Amino acid sequence: MTAQPLLAAPHTHTVFTVSRTMLAVVLALAPATFFGLYQFGWPAVFLFCVTVLSAYLFELACLWVAGKPLGQFARDGSALLSGWLVAMTLPPYAPWWVGVIGSGIAIVIAKHLFGGLGQNLFNPAMVARAMLLIALPVQMTTWVPPVGLFDGPGFVHSLAITFAGSTEFDAVSSASTLSHIKSQLGAGASMGAITPDLADLKARLIGLVPGSMGETSTVLILLGGLALVFMRIITLAIPLSVLGTIAALSAIASSLAPDRFAPPILHLTSGSTMLCAFFIATDYVTSPVSALGKMLYGIGIGALIFVIRTWGSFPEGVAFAVLLMNACTPLIETYVRPRVFGRTRTGKPLPIAKPKRSAKDTGAKA
Amino acid sequence: MSVLPTLGTLFRPSQLFSFKGVHPDPRKYLSSESEIETMPIPTLIRLPLQQHIGAEAEPVVQRDDYVLKGQLIAKARGPVSANIHAPTSGRVIAVGHFTAPHPSGLPVPTITIRPDGEDTWGPHLPRIRPENATPEEIAAQVAEAGIVGMGGATFPSAVKLNLRAKYDLHTLVINGAECEPYLTCDDRLMRERAEEIADGIGIMGRALGVKQIIVAIESNKPQAIDAMSRYNRALDYTFQVKVVPTQYPMGSEKHLVRLLTGKETPARALTADLGVVVHNVATAHAVHNAVRYGEPLITRIVTVSGRGIKRPANVKVLLGTPVSEVIAHCGGFVEEPDRLLLGGPMMGQPIANRRVPIVKGSNGILALTRAETPGNEVMPCIRCGRCVQGCPVGLTPFEMNARIQADDLDGAAKIGLMDCLTCGCCSYNCPANISLVQTFHFAKGKLAEKQSRKHQAEETKRLAAARQAREEAIAEAKRQAMAKRKAEMDAKKKADAAKAAAAAATAATAQGEANP
Ligand code: SF4
Ligand code: SF4
Repeated sequence: MTAQPLLAAPHTHTVFTVSRTMLAVVLALAPATFFGLYQFGWPAVFLFCVTVLSAYLFELACLWVAGKPLGQFARDGSALLSGWLVAMTLPPYAPWWVGVIGSGIAIVIAKHLFGGLGQNLFNPAMVARAMLLIALPVQMTTWVPPVGLFDGPGFVHSLAITFAGSTEFDAVSSASTLSHIKSQLGAGASMGAITPDLADLKARLIGLVPGSMGETSTVLILLGGLALVFMRIITLAIPLSVLGTIAALSAIASSLAPDRFAPPILHLTSGSTMLCAFFIATDYVTSPVSALGKMLYGIGIGALIFVIRTWGSFPEGVAFAVLLMNACTPLIETYVRPRVFGRTRTGKPLPIAKPKRSAKDTGAKA
Repeated sequence: MSVLPTLGTLFRPSQLFSFKGVHPDPRKYLSSESEIETMPIPTLIRLPLQQHIGAEAEPVVQRDDYVLKGQLIAKARGPVSANIHAPTSGRVIAVGHFTAPHPSGLPVPTITIRPDGEDTWGPHLPRIRPENATPEEIAAQVAEAGIVGMGGATFPSAVKLNLRAKYDLHTLVINGAECEPYLTCDDRLMRERAEEIADGIGIMGRALGVKQIIVAIESNKPQAIDAMSRYNRALDYTFQVKVVPTQYPMGSEKHLVRLLTGKETPARALTADLGVVVHNVATAHAVHNAVRYGEPLITRIVTVSGRGIKRPANVKVLLGTPVSEVIAHCGGFVEEPDRLLLGGPMMGQPIANRRVPIVKGSNGILALTRAETPGNEVMPCIRCGRCVQGCPVGLTPFEMNARIQADDLDGAAKIGLMDCLTCGCCSYNCPANISLVQTFHFAKGKLAEKQSRKHQAEETKRLAAARQAREEAIAEAKRQAMAKRKAEMDAKKKADAAKAAAAAATAATAQGEANP
């Protein structure tokens, strides 16, 4: 009895389709990614390509198994984005199979086993990262300094690093900022003693520090994130609450005990903080939809990141923080809903401010 | 081709945290510079008896009657209804049924007139001088002229003018927002007929007895804003012309009132409960014509637009003119349109039959080409929340949709289905192209049906119970009456018997005495 639903109003539509939205996110990620690839040289480029390509192949395979229309879903760009995000969080010199396993976990386990696009409870890229971190602690924490494409290993040598498991890095393995702080604080050093060893602020902003392939350039990620905000693909609710919470907690902690806690600026400019705030925590599928819900969710992630980094056994807590809050999303969604126009938050109609003149009164007055 | 919105429209500082309402590409430039032109008399006029909300009008002419321009041909039935007048002189050739200007395309009662081309006026309504008239007289004139809300709501205007009897009204809001994309008829009217509109606004203000009048116009109509600011006084009123943001659905009454007065109309209440009444600019113009010149509502201005139309225009047409003739007047189609609509693209109705007539509430005829209409590829919901952010009511469309798809209508109602305005913002915004508002239309209809069925069942039960009670009461009364009669009879019998016995006794004694 529905009169051809497709022909009903509205007869105009936003330019943002699913695939264009995904594409816009990828474009916003591109500057930081390509800067990272340039910094870390050929091994990073190979690993990146392998990861994204395998993500796409896994997607095709899953769609085919699930019997979904290939033509429509293969173009939606979601696999490209997931693969891209997985790649961005990998150490640049990791062997190729780490990327393939990462993609596999993200696409097959975290996405399609839950029912495919839009159905997953957990952020695929973060599931992959967390699993890899636990399963392959060595490969996932081997950092190299960024030397630039032309000063790093050559093309052939790079092929050997990525595909043949060569461990002859020219550069010695060096710790990322966060792991360095963690190990030094753990060894009893004070923050004041560690700080001089760390890369300076400018290097961390631009991205001249060791770290995951696409996470090092704080400024480029921030710019990409702001571009998404201006395109109205995301709102500022999640990024601000994540960053604000980390900053606030670390400010309090480091003002109480400056020697034992890293200052806010270190937290904000190292690890995947920025990437998480703008690109990972804002993942549509796994975050709440209402503005207030988003804030709660962001605050939760920020607090968990701080707690895990400070007291946990991993130097970086983004993946676990995001996954934990993903699990809370349905709960937040049930209890935090937008207020309906003309109703109170509990759903009762607003009281009528001015009592209407009853007909009797008017009659009496007339 | 403006497929991508310009950077300027993308950046809205107020929307960094959440964005209520949507900003469809206005595409008003297609027709906004075309002056209002008057279309010649069409070959045939078809007037459905229901062009308004409320009860259908009752025809007062018959087949073969000759009618004059402005003559009453169907009169309002009941308190919420509207008169219909002949838009031109000619002969009534049918009082029957014709396809409704509605997607259902069902036949509805319609009066068909073949114009004689003379356009001879019959007697006008008596003119009144609003300066001396009472509010009741003004409202009666508006009712007589058959004026309804011309923004598309088509609620009989006189009923709204009479609200002062029940509510304490202080503000009249004149809606010149025209938030639907493409439509420019109100914009042109304000630019070209500002003085007449202003007079109509003053008249309505007087009829309502309000203290202040606000004219709200969207920021994308600077000339209309200028014009209305120049003519901002009439009948002791000086109106405030307020510029409101260009955003859909700015024209929604309750939202406009909240923006202008800061007061939020409670759910299930009317803006009149806050003391505010909203009327459309075109309605004000019609009121002016009716009161000053005694002209009933027989024409309206229609925007003919869309990329499928050869010559987009704003045309003043007689009510009842077939859509096909208006399109032909505008040069026909550039290409066969993908969709032909009556109304704007956000809430307009697709029509299949092009001979359907223009009615009082038709503000646009849009021929949209393939490039202008949404694709039909539907993806799964990605929970992006754009529908939630776009919903002006604060609902969660993706959730309501999920519940409706799962056949849980009551669950959907619990999270606000019945508060939905069916404005279409959610569907507009949905990147997955899910038919959200379409589903809500359907579900609201079903729910209303269910409720009315429940209501009906209850009513039947109640009536049955009442009847039973009544019957029982009657039976009881009968029984009592019977009992009483029986008692009386018994009493009488007893008395008779006693009398008889006494008589017999006396007789016996007499006898005994007589023969001992
Ligand atoms: S159609 Fe209903 S649910 Fe959708 S945006 Fe409008 S009011 Fe909200
Ligand atoms: S806009 Fe569409 S895809 Fe996004 S949450 Fe709403 S229904 Fe889902």
